[in-house]
Amino acid sequence: MIIGLDVGGTHTDVVLIGDGCIQRQVKVPTDPSNLFDSVWTGLDEVTRDINPERLQRIVLSTTLTTNLLVERKFNEPGMIVSSGPGVDAESFRTGPHYFVVSGSINHRGSEIQTIDETEIEAISAKLKAEGIRQVGVVGKFSTRNPIHETQICEILGDDFDYKARGHRFSGNLNFPRRIATAYLNAAIYPTHKRFYEAVRDSLRQKGLEIPIYVLKGDGGTMSLEASLDNPGQTMLSGPAASVMGALPFSSEHRETLVLDIGGTTTDMAILIGHAPLLDPLGIELHGTKTLIRALKTRSIGLGGDSAVRVEGTGISIGPDRAGSAMAYGGAVPTPTDALFVLGKMTEGDAEAARRGILSIAVPLGLKAEEAAALVFDMACRIILDEAAQMVEEINGQPVYTVHELLEGHQVRPAEVLVLGGPAPYFAFRLAALTDFQVHVVPQWHVANAIGAALARCTSEVTVFADTERGLCISPEADFRQAVPRDFDMPQAVEVAYRLLWARHAREGGSEAEADVEVVEESEFTMVRDFYMSGRNIRVKVQVKPGLIPEYRSIAGTLFKSCPMPGGG
Amino acid sequence: MLQARHKTGLVFFPAFDWAISSTHPEREERLLYTQDQVFEEGLLDVDGIIEYKPGLATIQDIRRVHFCVPDEWRVVTESHLISAGGAKTIGIQVLDKKVERGFALVRPPGHHAMRVVHGARGFCNINIEAVMIEYLREAYGVDRVAIVDTDCHHGDGTQDIYWHDPDTLFISLHQDGRTLYPGSGFDNEIGGPTALGATVNIPLPPRTSEEGFLYVLDEVVLPLLEEFKPELVVNSAGQDNHYSDPITNMCFSAQGYAELTRRLKPDIAVLEGGYSIETALPYVNVGIIMAMAGLDFRGVREPDYNPGRTKQAVDLTRYIERLVENLHDRRRRIPEWREQIIGSQDYAEREMRIYYDTDNISEVRKEELRVCADCPGTLGIDSRADNGYHVYGVHIPRKACKACQELGYQWFDSADSKRYSHVFLQDRTCDQYLVRKD
Repeated sequence: MIIGLDVGGTHTDVVLIGDGCIQRQVKVPTDPSNLFDSVWTGLDEVTRDINPERLQRIVLSTTLTTNLLVERKFNEPGMIVSSGPGVDAESFRTGPHYFVVSGSINHRGSEIQTIDETEIEAISAKLKAEGIRQVGVVGKFSTRNPIHETQICEILGDDFDYKARGHRFSGNLNFPRRIATAYLNAAIYPTHKRFYEAVRDSLRQKGLEIPIYVLKGDGGTMSLEASLDNPGQTMLSGPAASVMGALPFSSEHRETLVLDIGGTTTDMAILIGHAPLLDPLGIELHGTKTLIRALKTRSIGLGGDSAVRVEGTGISIGPDRAGSAMAYGGAVPTPTDALFVLGKMTEGDAEAARRGILSIAVPLGLKAEEAAALVFDMACRIILDEAAQMVEEINGQPVYTVHELLEGHQVRPAEVLVLGGPAPYFAFRLAALTDFQVHVVPQWHVANAIGAALARCTSEVTVFADTERGLCISPEADFRQAVPRDFDMPQAVEVAYRLLWARHAREGGSEAEADVEVVEESEFTMVRDFYMSGRNIRVKVQVKPGLIPEYRSIAGTLFKSCPMPGGG
Repeated sequence: MLQARHKTGLVFFPAFDWAISSTHPEREERLLYTQDQVFEEGLLDVDGIIEYKPGLATIQDIRRVHFCVPDEWRVVTESHLISAGGAKTIGIQVLDKKVERGFALVRPPGHHAMRVVHGARGFCNINIEAVMIEYLREAYGVDRVAIVDTDCHHGDGTQDIYWHDPDTLFISLHQDGRTLYPGSGFDNEIGGPTALGATVNIPLPPRTSEEGFLYVLDEVVLPLLEEFKPELVVNSAGQDNHYSDPITNMCFSAQGYAELTRRLKPDIAVLEGGYSIETALPYVNVGIIMAMAGLDFRGVREPDYNPGRTKQAVDLTRYIERLVENLHDRRRRIPEWREQIIGSQDYAEREMRIYYDTDNISEVRKEELRVCADCPGTLGIDSRADNGYHVYGVHIPRKACKACQELGYQWFDSADSKRYSHVFLQDRTCDQYLVRKD
């Protein structure tokens, strides 16, 4: 049996899955000031009287790291950044303990300037004196040659708990994002570690010695142990959990828009067949751009509880939430109240909802039902417009070859999967307003926890070979090997897969569940003085986000219990 | 967090799957390291720098500028349509005011492509700046445009296209034609009879450094722009004046290019040549992008930059000062020359021999211009290439007077179809293009 747990803003959902169906589901309120209690209460309840031997694994998705960053509740880590010429590295200052040091590597990975040992020693002493225990070490082009990051870390020695080396997080080229990524990882490291070790220890005390996995923002999982080295990957696992929960119900040969309509926001994602679309660069969180892998999502300030107001001769919805819907004791009308007036929802204070909707209907000279229909339709249209914009943005992403520009794949979703609180009501209306096939995700209220439970391990490895320099390296894998002049693309792909499997196994994946693919491959003939001098090869491979094989039987059972849209 | 002071659009199209041939300077690898550098510096994440996907130029876009022989599809590939389309995309974003400025970092280049195109010369097939400019004139009613060509090679294609256009100021800074392809661009080339002074050539001696380039910019280019008052300044931003370029002999640097861009303030920059793909382009392009966006580029430097090594010799500085003086003298006499020509002759002729080095074609071209007092004048071009094509093209300029328009159609109708394989008419007054062939 597998446990999936997803901590949301208001509720923590837990499911126990086994024998092809949901054995138990638990919903406990989330206490943002004590996430551990929320997680523990959920786990405690869902595992009550369960034979520990039947539990295969637990997958956790929490808002822990996201909250830490949003609230900036962490001790400032130290940052040591070697940049060399180019954009002033001071522009990327993360905080007070940010040091730009000597050392420079060029785009080919050649050392242009060495690091200055005494400079690092002085900084190290300073950081220690300040009581700093986590430090990020980042070099420009360290993904092409991590030598400076490695040397700096050696000088720093064992006096720090955690040294976030930029090149380990991603093979992508983007120095400012690499700095931000190392910083975030270093910042959240101690809390993340404390939290998950506490969960592990508590489970052990309860006699549950089972593998614990953590959900990542790319919809994949990693072992708890692997997450300690790379805690940043747990960011934005919440939206990913919902998308993964919708995955079993998408068409294999079509493109799907997933809408998670919550109280405050609607989150959107795209599925291509059974695989979610990833963000090409990485998570962007509150203006901080990172290299942390994530699903391509768009979040808008529109949900069931968004504030509805009269604006001129029309209305506005959101982007803020002013408490709950009036039907549930709130003070400002919301789309949920409109659903009450339209008779779609009944379990609440329908009179209060009507009062709320009337407060906007009267100034507009409308009947309550008309105003409610207006609010509801407008909410649907805003969601559809934003989704169209998201698709347009994806299709407008620059490409760099003639072939891709002329023949490149264009995303054209043909169906919509809706989940979240008001999912069934919205699904009906969205279907009426568009040509999309619209479905409600079965068990939509716990789809996020199901998604976490069924997600499989993901990994990514980048390989870069330069046969003129006779080198093949992989930053994420800390791999460096001399290669002969005739080293070519097939060999590079082979190396990449070998490193990927190793990383995958190290991070808790199993070979059986892995679906690997080459994400990027490009090969350039290098010409110097009119003669071929070498090959420049770039390969990126990944274990795709997806679901463990067991999902098929579970999806089958869930389908049978699928609530009809508009029901309930 | 970096914030652009000038909102800047960027089209980056390295055409990683296109080459003239596998070891040609214009090959797949050309912008590889530039991409690495631009990506690694995080410039595309800067608030106020927006990357756009290039659109495709259309055949109609090409027909506003060129007579392609025998037709467009025989002389262009998709890559050229994307490269010109990329420039056009930037033009549209700037004119739509979505961005303040823009840089089309595209390949293949275009500034050696003349009005008649039999094939590729100087790695260029179609003139991507001219295709963009004529599109913007048609779509947005832009009138006065200045092109400042800072490629190391004389922009002879752009010069040819705008030779008779008084509304397009073409200024080319380049290595002296006596020492470099295409061997033209001397300071006595100042434009056709009806557009005297709208072409300005500044042939710089080999080993000209930052000092010389910026001196010429301040002393000649900027005052000319001030005087011409263009609605749009386009920079043909070739990067082969760099001290490390393998096919030229200049001593310019990434800092120099960035500073030149900062002072020139082009609305639109379009990449042209530049073949020091590893040691110059990554840094020059980062410098140009930062300068366009108004970011502090003082830290941009080639790893091997040594100002002492590229310092300009004193006698070279003197030479450039004299060159500038001569340019000023010449400009003062232009009104007088113009008066002598206009009214004294009805037609002007020009004969040229053009060699298409990339495609190995030789062309003999005879031009006839109606020297009109009311408009730039209709132009007839007889072009014979040694690959067998002999064509005649008539260009009716955008602001042609009634008489010149009529003359253009008369020339087109009466061209001897036995003599010519194709007869073309480019009527820019109504954006029309006609072809007559046997």
